Parts: sequence; structure tokens; C-alpha cells
Amino acid sequence: MSPAVLDPTDESAPQSLTAADRPESLGGLTVGLLDISKARGNVFLDRLEERLNGLDAKVVRYTKPTFSKPAPVDLRHEIATQCDAVIEALAD
Amino acid sequence: MSHQLPDGLVAFVKRDCPTCELVVPVLAQVGDSVTIYTQDDPTFPDGLAAIDDTSLAMSWHNNIETVPTLIRIENGAETGRIVGWSQPAWQSFTGIKHLGEELPEHRPGCGSLSVDPEHADRLAAEFGGSVLKARRIDFAELEDHVEAMYDRGWSDGLPLVAPTEVRVMRMLEGTTRAPDDIVAVVPPTLVETTVEKVAINAVMAGCKPEYLPVVIAAVEAVCTDEFNMHGLLATTMPCGPIFVVNGPIRDRIGMNHGGNVLGQGNRANSTIGRAVQLVVRNIGGGLPGDIDRATHGSPAKLGFCFAEDEAGSPWHPLSVDRGFEEGIDTVTAFAGESPRIHFDQLSRTPEAMTASLAEGLKATISPRLAMMFDAMLVLCPEHASRYQDAGWSKEHFMTELARHLELDADTILRGTGGIAEGVPEAFAGAILPKFNPDGGLMVVHAGGSAGLFSSIIGGWVNGNTGSAPVTREIQP
Repeated sequence: MSPAVLDPTDESAPQSLTAADRPESLGGLTVGLLDISKARGNVFLDRLEERLNGLDAKVVRYTKPTFSKPAPVDLRHEIATQCDAVIEALAD
Repeated sequence: MSHQLPDGLVAFVKRDCPTCELVVPVLAQVGDSVTIYTQDDPTFPDGLAAIDDTSLAMSWHNNIETVPTLIRIENGAETGRIVGWSQPAWQSFTGIKHLGEELPEHRPGCGSLSVDPEHADRLAAEFGGSVLKARRIDFAELEDHVEAMYDRGWSDGLPLVAPTEVRVMRMLEGTTRAPDDIVAVVPPTLVETTVEKVAINAVMAGCKPEYLPVVIAAVEAVCTDEFNMHGLLATTMPCGPIFVVNGPIRDRIGMNHGGNVLGQGNRANSTIGRAVQLVVRNIGGGLPGDIDRATHGSPAKLGFCFAEDEAGSPWHPLSVDRGFEEGIDTVTAFAGESPRIHFDQLSRTPEAMTASLAEGLKATISPRLAMMFDAMLVLCPEHASRYQDAGWSKEHFMTELARHLELDADTILRGTGGIAEGVPEAFAGAILPKFNPDGGLMVVHAGGSAGLFSSIIGGWVNGNTGSAPVTREIQP
């Protein structure tokens, strides 16, 4: 992990950045499927992958180490740089 | 991880220390009752069991400043400590009568690696239980720090230095002020800023720690009601804060007051003004296109700071005009435009030079306006030499210059000469001073020893709706 930096701002804005624009369609896009490691999330994501394949989307699968903690910053960065959209399976 | 030392005798040593080498036979003689921590080479001392402290964690937590240090621990508490080699002290400490008799009686030790400047900042950040309160922001391993800082909107357009905890701790060593001290309330959002936040932005700007007191004083200066940073930021008029540094600190931190004084190439000149602008941007929220509505902006919005050439000047420095004793470190903030050249390669007398400078100064901001805008004259050494040679005092120069800067209002009334802009009709028949007679024209001596070019920096609007220059003493 590279060392953290200290926030130079007044910290009134949330640290996370604003959400990206929503795509009109998933056709032809690279879509990340994020399994948060909660039971049976994979069943849901498997079915989504089938549907997305039907839309001609490229699917990339990711898994969080544990559902109880935020996704590691490296994983978030990986998804952000590799995908046009991401779908997260939240629960069992 | 516990940093408790075991009961008995404990020694801290490193291979790169002749005194530690010297006491190896002594440590061997003391035997199993001493626990040895080694700082640089886990195989040292040869032939003796030692605990690897190359992380320096045990050394740092137990305040080891010198090696060898011998400590006695009883029931978990330290009951004695010897620094360096001392035959009688080690003998009485260990109870071994003839310990080290073959060695010299005394030998001072060497510096502990845990206080070595190369490691101290990192260790303080790693182990110190940070005193810094700013939110930590993690970047991904593969994320480029420079790009990530751009993405977060912290940059003025130029690359930033990543404000890691180690760098900010090092920056804070430049001031005696506590990190949580409030420096100012920063416009436009009127948020209190601490020394720590100023230090973070100073790191990003590329400042060295010794510049920090200047940055702090400059932030204080612009965040005053008189200076009116909010107005300066919000105005469409393309002006920015300009900082002039006086006093011995100029040379101590290596500021430029000679050739290319208003240009590039000197770290202090280039980064101090930038740090202030980053504070205004990041703490105060002063963003171009948002609160900052400047029509053209100016290079001062990136950072504009320089020092006066005091030793080469025929006169006392600007700080004295501003009410401080000569030799006091000060920074003067002035809200101004970009510098403009005053060309005069022919005037050889102070009278001719003064008349010439006045012609240039009359055109400041607009030749058709008076009293609304002040100015700073950066007098170059060759122009200044005219006054030096003739023995003119600064007061005499200012009086003569003011006389040349009296304007006949009738020649610049609105509509005269077919020009709509001008002074209001109400001034018809009046003689008007170009600048506020009460310090509206500031004179600074700076620049290269060759070149017959002074610089004129016109000011933003003066008076209650605009800005007045503010000078602050630079405190350590």
C-alpha cells in the first residue's frame, strides 16, 4: 500500500468522488460484477453474467475479500480503470 | 507490538559505532544477563545473541539517543541507564568488579539510528501516534499520485508534491507553532485553517520547511479585512496577491532579489506565493470559474513572491516604510496586476529619472484615472544608482515623484479627448494625485545589476471596496 496523503482541503466535501454518468445501455460495454463475498451472491451474479453476455457486454468478475469491510482501494481502482460500469451483488 | 524491555540488563548497539565495537568483549563477559538489541546489522555483535532492531521500533520507543546505551529493567520498569562506555559506571551497574579493565576508562558513544535525521521523521510518523488531524486519503497502489491529486481538484494546474505524513511532519519542523494552531479564517468560504493545513498545502506547493513561517505570515496577511482576499478573488479585474519579503530571512532561505527576481528558477520565490494560493484554493474554496471570476487572471494567481535587495539599495527597505524596524523579517501582501516594464536607458540624473518614472506610473491601470488604484515600483539597481550617486534620500525621491504625479483633472475628465473613460466631471479644475498620498505607491529595490528596466505593478482597487497592502512580521 502506498502511503496515504493528508487532505489539503477544509474536509467539507466527502472524500469519495461523485458518481459517474449512467450509461444508456450496457451493450458493448465492459461490465464488472463485484461479488462482496456474501453467501449466494455468486448465484445472482452468474445469472447476470448470462444476461449481459446476451447484450454483447464484456463481463469481468471481481470479489471483495469480505462483505463486512469496504472494498480495498486497489480493487476499486482496478474496477474503475477496467470497466465502464459495475454491478455489485449486495446480499444473500 | 509491545515495546517493553525485558527485566535485567539491556544494551542497544550498532556495528557502525567504534564504541559499540569496543564494548563487545564486555558484553560477552556480562553474558546471558544482558539482552542486546542491534540497530544496523542483525549479526552484530559477532558471536553474541542479539535481537534484530533494524526497524528501530524498540530503539525509538525506548528513547535511545546514543549507542551503546545500557539500561537496567526491574519488574518492568527502568531503574538506570548509562550512555556510552564508562568503566566505573558499567562496573557498578553490572556488579562485575574488573569489567572492561583492559579498555580505556571512558568513550562517548555514537548517535542512535533512531534519532538519525535520515530516519527520525519516518519513525515519528510511523510510531509517534500522529499529532496530525487531517483526514487520510488512500491512493491505490497502481494509482499515480500526481494524477490522483489532479483528479481531486487540489492542483492549480501544475503538478503537486504528495503531502504524505512524513513530508508534512518535516514541513512542520519549520515552525515553532503547534499543528492545531489557527492561522486565519480563509475566504471565500471563511473556514478556519490550522498550521497543519497550511503545512500540507506548502508541501504540495514544493516549499522547504524553512519557508513555512513566510507562508504562514503571508496567509495571515491576505486573510485580513483590509487585504480583502475574497474581493480580490471574486473580482473580474485580473489581479492577484503579490508578496514582498524583507529582513534577514530572505538570505537565510535563499530567496532571489537579484537577476530575474520576478521570474522563474528560485525555489522559495516560486513556491511561497503558490502555497498561499493553494491554501486559498483548497481551504478557502477559491476556484477559477466559480468564486474567482477574473477576466484574464494573472500569473500572480499561480504565485508571485520575491525579496527586496536591501544590501544593494540606496534606501531603507519597504518594511521600514510599512512601519517595521529594519532587520525585522516581514512579508508584505499587495493586490496587483502583472509587472510591466518601464524602459529608460537615457536618464542620467535623478531629476530626469524621476520625471521619466512618473510618466510610466501615470499610465498605471489607466492613464485616465487617479486615486482609485495604487502601485508598486520595483526599481532596478541601475535606475536606483542615479539616486545613490546624487545622494537623494527615499523621502526626497517620493516627494519629487508625487509632485510629478499630480494630474490636471481637466485633461482626463470623462469624455475629454473623445475618450469616455476618465475621472468624473465633479473633479473639473482639480489637481489630483495619481496614487493615494498615504503610502499608495510602494517602492522596492530589486533586480539584476545590469539592465535599465524597472517594473511597475499596478494595484487592484484601493479603499474600502478594494484592498490595502498588509505587512506581517514573520514569526519563527
